[in-house]
Amino acid sequence: MSKFQAFMGWVDHRLPVTTTFEKHMSKYYAPKNFNFWYFFGVFSMLMLANQILTGVWLTMSYNPSEEGAFASVEYIMRDVELGWLIRYMHSTGASFFFLVVYMHMFRGLMYGSYQKPRELIWIFGMLIYLMLMAEAFMGYVLPWGQMSYWGAQVIISLFGAIPVIGPDLVEWVRGDFLISGITLNRFFALHVIALPLVIVALVVLHILALHEVGSNNPDGIDIKKHKDEQGRPLDGVPFHPYYTVHDLVGIVVFLFVFCFVLFFMPEGGGYFLEKPNFEEANRLKTPEHIVPVWYFGAFYTILRAITFDIGPINSQLGGVIAMGAAIAILFVLPWLDRSPVRSWRYKGWISRINLVVFALFFALLTWLGTKPASGLYQILGQIGTLVYFAWFITLPFISAKEKTKPVPERV
Amino acid sequence: MSNDGVNHGRRRFLIATTSVGGGVGAVGVAVPFVKSWNPSERAKAAGAPAKADISKVAPGEMIVVEWRGKPVYIVRRTDEAVAMLESLADDLKDPSNVDEGQQPAYAKNTNRSRKPEIAVIEGVCTHLGCAPKFFPEVKPQPFEENWRGGFFCPCHGSKFDLAGRVFNGSPAAKNLAVPPHSYLDENTLIIGVDEENS
Repeated sequence: MSKFQAFMGWVDHRLPVTTTFEKHMSKYYAPKNFNFWYFFGVFSMLMLANQILTGVWLTMSYNPSEEGAFASVEYIMRDVELGWLIRYMHSTGASFFFLVVYMHMFRGLMYGSYQKPRELIWIFGMLIYLMLMAEAFMGYVLPWGQMSYWGAQVIISLFGAIPVIGPDLVEWVRGDFLISGITLNRFFALHVIALPLVIVALVVLHILALHEVGSNNPDGIDIKKHKDEQGRPLDGVPFHPYYTVHDLVGIVVFLFVFCFVLFFMPEGGGYFLEKPNFEEANRLKTPEHIVPVWYFGAFYTILRAITFDIGPINSQLGGVIAMGAAIAILFVLPWLDRSPVRSWRYKGWISRINLVVFALFFALLTWLGTKPASGLYQILGQIGTLVYFAWFITLPFISAKEKTKPVPERV
Repeated sequence: MSNDGVNHGRRRFLIATTSVGGGVGAVGVAVPFVKSWNPSERAKAAGAPAKADISKVAPGEMIVVEWRGKPVYIVRRTDEAVAMLESLADDLKDPSNVDEGQQPAYAKNTNRSRKPEIAVIEGVCTHLGCAPKFFPEVKPQPFEENWRGGFFCPCHGSKFDLAGRVFNGSPAAKNLAVPPHSYLDENTLIIGVDEENS
């Protein structure tokens, strides 16, 4: 026995390192037919690591006070050695994080990865998404630019529309009568400590739940049905080394794209860092157009699409309800899809067209969120909102009724 | 008592009471964490009255002063604008200040002010908190052909007249707030203090 084996034996008697590594890596059998779309999970993990690492470094020079926040970000950008790079890795990283998360979610929709028995994986994923939105919203307030201030003002004021408790709730969240340094300071605490802890915990649960039932694949075939005499799925390969090495190649390509944007267009043409945010927050002056960062666009459009009162519900509350419902309905997706097959490859053509239309409209809603809500944009936003909800509402009927193709036994 | 020597009834009772006791304790512990988010005493106290010299504000002009972190608009309305206010009632959501919370008692009039020509209005849109812009002239605007002077919120298009009263068709439901204010002398306005000479 080598010295290393002896050492590992000593550790394994005290901590299950080898068995854990085997369970989650070298003896975790993943379907051998993963395609391009299966890179986005690992890219999400990479971006999470990037955000945590760069975020910790940013806190070393950032000052979470009303007087000092904006200046400290400028200090990081100008005076801290390579501070600009770390800051751009964080701000551009946020947009890339959402980009890969959206692709990862779309993958789930295409291949029915949320279907039985993977409902909990989907729910943990949605919780991660929800926490990421809170994390990103609070993070955007920290540079204390004009859009930080007024974006927070508008979004937090929205909750004032909730009957009875609304106004007190808004005051409680802000800790002041308007957005102020008090709000900034608590958002900083939540952004750098509380929410990252929750997100990391949820990622662990997401992966534990995945490894319990096994990964889905582009055909939606259950690979556990056919195993060899040692109980290994015939259509699976060990995650390590096959997919670890495979994913490393994807990561290299992804980092080329990320670095290109990072070095040549870190502000993303005003979509990643909006232009008004290069001006310090001014309580007396509202920017012309208050628009969220692109990744909130779809939900912001849905919020603004309700311009009319519905019975006793005024338009403001109606908008908040619509936005809440747009997020909440995603959680119940596993129970809305009643198709006997998982992957859209074996679903009917109506399902396939609907999913493409849904994705296109989600992209449209996202784009509209960065535009003023008037004229044609307003009408398109309302149509888009209708299509968004229609997809979920019609899904149970279409998926239960439509004729599906037989799913092959083997990959 | 069951035959395995365990008193299941007592065990269930103890588990239930311990859980309830622990739950009550947890709620109690949550209190300081929840309460600490309320506006602090300092935040409540930071609202010293703001003084404004209005001698240099010409008719039709506006100055902005900061009070409790909010912009407060002080407008010297022209005589035509004051006359116009009377005629707008049909197009307003709350022309006669029914909503008591939006102005002090002494501003519960058509002009919503102590002096007819001087408007003192919080520049915080009652929709979602943006600062409305000042468009005093009676002339067609990109956002409205038949504009009769007032404030327009760039965020979501709420429209207010020169007394801060909200026009029909705006997303905002309430008139702009009139802060407590009084005059120290002819040309000195103090915002945040109700009583004259106090």
